[in-house]
Amino acid sequence: MGVERVEHLPVRTDEDLVRARQAVREAAVALGFSLVDQTKIVTAASELARNTIIHGGGGDLKVERLREGARSAVRLTFVDRGPGIANVEQALRDGYTTGTGLGLGLGGARRLMSDLSISSRPAEGTTIVAIRWRQ
Amino acid sequence: MERIPILRMGSFLLVTIQVDMHDRLALALQDDLMGRIRETRARGVLIDISALDVVDSFIGRMIGNIAAMARVLDADTVVTGMRPAVAITLVELGLSLPGVRTALDVERGMKLLTDGTQPPDQRGRRAR
Repeated sequence: MGVERVEHLPVRTDEDLVRARQAVREAAVALGFSLVDQTKIVTAASELARNTIIHGGGGDLKVERLREGARSAVRLTFVDRGPGIANVEQALRDGYTTGTGLGLGLGGARRLMSDLSISSRPAEGTTIVAIRWRQ
Repeated sequence: MERIPILRMGSFLLVTIQVDMHDRLALALQDDLMGRIRETRARGVLIDISALDVVDSFIGRMIGNIAAMARVLDADTVVTGMRPAVAITLVELGLSLPGVRTALDVERGMKLLTDGTQPPDQRGRRAR
């Protein structure tokens, strides 16, 4: 699997969130995703970036464009050094929230992407990797 | 601070969201709109989102909140122009905007508002 291009973005402020959406949109367009798929990917990125800001206390986003033969994908990696997620299964469940939101962020983002994995350690932070493949 | 303009047209308020909204801007719009509804005694609010290419759960919740708060202030809310890709994504995300009236475009949205705020006898006469 070849990485065609990598971008690193800060995810700390409201403005970063808007820029993250734009960078992810650009990557999805460059990889030839349909308009509906672009919208799903950008929306998932927005949910995950907001989680990074609100729950992780800010962090970083890596946007990668991947190619494997005729297939291509966009891979989003969100890293924060926040308090971590105590119960990942619970966090992915719709309606579960520790904040003031609707609790749709993580579960919703997982539905919008091909694959989403979370690794988190209490007091060390959280890494979320989300991929969407284009066949 | 940057603000989204709210236009008044008769007894209705019109908002066209044309920027990629960050969260503070969305919250400011919510507050501004409630202030304007009270101030102008507006009977309806039309929010056009045809320029938005993303509506995530935060913006979706803000739209739902505006509709609910406006209801309490005796004003109807109609959201117009949602792009098909946005609608598909919102539902997949798990947000179906219950309690929010929608219309395909501003013209139909205005018609919904004007029909909805006419006295019942006039509404009946017009239908025939």
